[in-house]
Amino acid sequence: MAEIVIQNLRKDFGDFTAVKSSSFRIEDGEFFMLLGPSGCGKTTTLRMIAGLELPTSGEIWIDGEEVGRKPASQRDIAFVFQMFALYPHMNVRRNISYPLASQGMPRARIREKVAEVARILDIGSILDRPVGGLSGGDRQRVALARAIVRDPKCFLMDEPLGALDAEFRERMAEELRALHDRMRATTVYVTHDQLEAMQMGDKIVVMNHGVIEQFGTPQDIYDKPATLFVASFIGSPPMNVLRFHGKVAPGAASVTLHHHAVAVPAMREAFEGDMILGVRPEHVRLTDDAPYRGRVLASEYLGTTQIVTLDTPNGQIKARIASDRAVRMDETVGLAFHPGTISLFDAQSGRALRSELNEGVLHG
Amino acid sequence: MAEVRLERVSKSFGSTVAVAEMSLDIGHGEFVVLLGPTGAGKTTTLRLIAGLERPEAGDILIDGRSVLNETPAQRDVAMVFQQYSLYPHMTVRENLAFPLRSPVLRTPEDEIRRKVAEVAEVLHIAHKLDNKATKLSGGEMQRVSIGRALVRDPAIHLMDEPLSSLDAKLRSDMRVELKRIHADLGATLLYVTHDQIEAMTMATRVGVLDEGRLVQVGTPREVYEDPVSLRVAARLGQPRINILPADLFPGGPARARFMGLRPEHIRHGEGRPSEVVRVERLGDQTRLHLRLDGHDLVTLSDPHTDLEAGDRLPVEPRNPLYFDADGARILQGGAP
Repeated sequence: MAEIVIQNLRKDFGDFTAVKSSSFRIEDGEFFMLLGPSGCGKTTTLRMIAGLELPTSGEIWIDGEEVGRKPASQRDIAFVFQMFALYPHMNVRRNISYPLASQGMPRARIREKVAEVARILDIGSILDRPVGGLSGGDRQRVALARAIVRDPKCFLMDEPLGALDAEFRERMAEELRALHDRMRATTVYVTHDQLEAMQMGDKIVVMNHGVIEQFGTPQDIYDKPATLFVASFIGSPPMNVLRFHGKVAPGAASVTLHHHAVAVPAMREAFEGDMILGVRPEHVRLTDDAPYRGRVLASEYLGTTQIVTLDTPNGQIKARIASDRAVRMDETVGLAFHPGTISLFDAQSGRALRSELNEGVLHG
Repeated sequence: MAEVRLERVSKSFGSTVAVAEMSLDIGHGEFVVLLGPTGAGKTTTLRLIAGLERPEAGDILIDGRSVLNETPAQRDVAMVFQQYSLYPHMTVRENLAFPLRSPVLRTPEDEIRRKVAEVAEVLHIAHKLDNKATKLSGGEMQRVSIGRALVRDPAIHLMDEPLSSLDAKLRSDMRVELKRIHADLGATLLYVTHDQIEAMTMATRVGVLDEGRLVQVGTPREVYEDPVSLRVAARLGQPRINILPADLFPGGPARARFMGLRPEHIRHGEGRPSEVVRVERLGDQTRLHLRLDGHDLVTLSDPHTDLEAGDRLPVEPRNPLYFDADGARILQGGAP
């Protein structure tokens, strides 16, 4: 069990800054996600927590102790990689018991521990099998068992499901989260898959170009993105961005989009210039009487819902609506937005403007 | 454009049956997607039509003529593979123009220029036309290889999971693009994938493959709402359909063994009490993982629900689907 605090963490590789200045806190027992596209610094951050990279500056605290300069072996953590490496010449039991045997644990105690994790992961029946013939899922479970068996303070996982196909990944994600719910060990998990992060995480840090864009619970990050990057990275399809030139004052509750007033959450700051109106696909309604219009470009059936792509005076937009509404290609329809959910961004910097919606979430 | 027909086509490799007695009609201008897991026979079906494999039994007809004795070139099909293969020493423009320069086609140069420009525009690679193929990202290379099929006007386009190597954002853009291209060009497409989203969103008709057999063909809506078996029901829909014992709730037909309950077809607040095991917030939707009499089920709720793990929630099915002991669908009272 561990609480992890990261303060002003930075990592340079020569001229390249992989992590600029990260600060965040991981509570004891949390399932914590580091999310971002490749090259954003998430894996470097994880490797610094593990002790596989030395920070250029900044501090890493695990349970009240600064460990930034300590070797990995003294940090009492377990690392699970994307490519789960198992010892091919050993059977499942020996693979799992190996970390304990190398610590010099008595044989009887090892048997007990292995039996316990085998029960947790439901792999008791394959303990005496060679690892060679195992399915992908069983290999992953054995790799997890080997990490768990040591009772480390925390688990660090680097895209452990990245190599699996979509259907199986979904199942393993559920299993991993259920395992965490039983054990409640602090887990730091790196992924580029926003759905995986939303699905499994208690908290998410969204990174881009070595900088933390936002830190919070999945629902807050989804509903109240702090930056345009977060808005466009989270959600499938992501938040719609409609570009316009406009002006808002504190207290304003509407903006003018292509000559039509659109209601927004009450603003808490003034802004004038190039702006972006962000609205999630499920908050766009197709209605005959709305003055703001769009032309239907495509419709994608998804079972209960469909995604309709439309052309508007301010760019393309996607709406998620019930699949029983008939939509015709090239038809022009009115578009209404759910006013309480809209975010406005400074188009230049990508920063979300403060409003009634997001004021509790935005830092600084 | 053409009509393609498979008549009881079979193909085995050793003792493995890859395609079993498959019959399928693909009409002019249709976009048919074959959906199935790895090993279901998807790629083999395409290779049979392309003439890269020969069936042991059955017939393949293009525009009414049997093509079994024709070479791949004579069949006039265009195939896009999962792994893009481009000529590395050529530019993007030359790669795209290559199929048109085939001596059989004798395309005039200005026609080639026009076609290449048009396809490059559609695939968003117009600005990369003079780059060497090796200087492209993976996504760009795959778009060029799709483009190489699109510059031609073959009897049918055969596509083998062409989007599987692209990242999520590009994949979703390309889904819309492919559909648009299909509508604009009026081309006939047979597309295979294991991705249900691709099948649902692009197909005019979906064929569900299971161990070499075509088990159901229909519009995405028909297959989703009216599956013929448990396996088909489980293949479409996210989150997956809940499969429960038929007697967990009253009202099923006597010989029903299983009940299939889509997550969105569960009414909350009435019925049998369940326990909330986990609340999964995905932003646009919140999934509730429930336990009822030792069975797990997943349902959808309002994104901002107050429910937490440990809470009680009575639930009741709405439009359940029933299946017999073999997993075959039981149709009730006339209307399915």
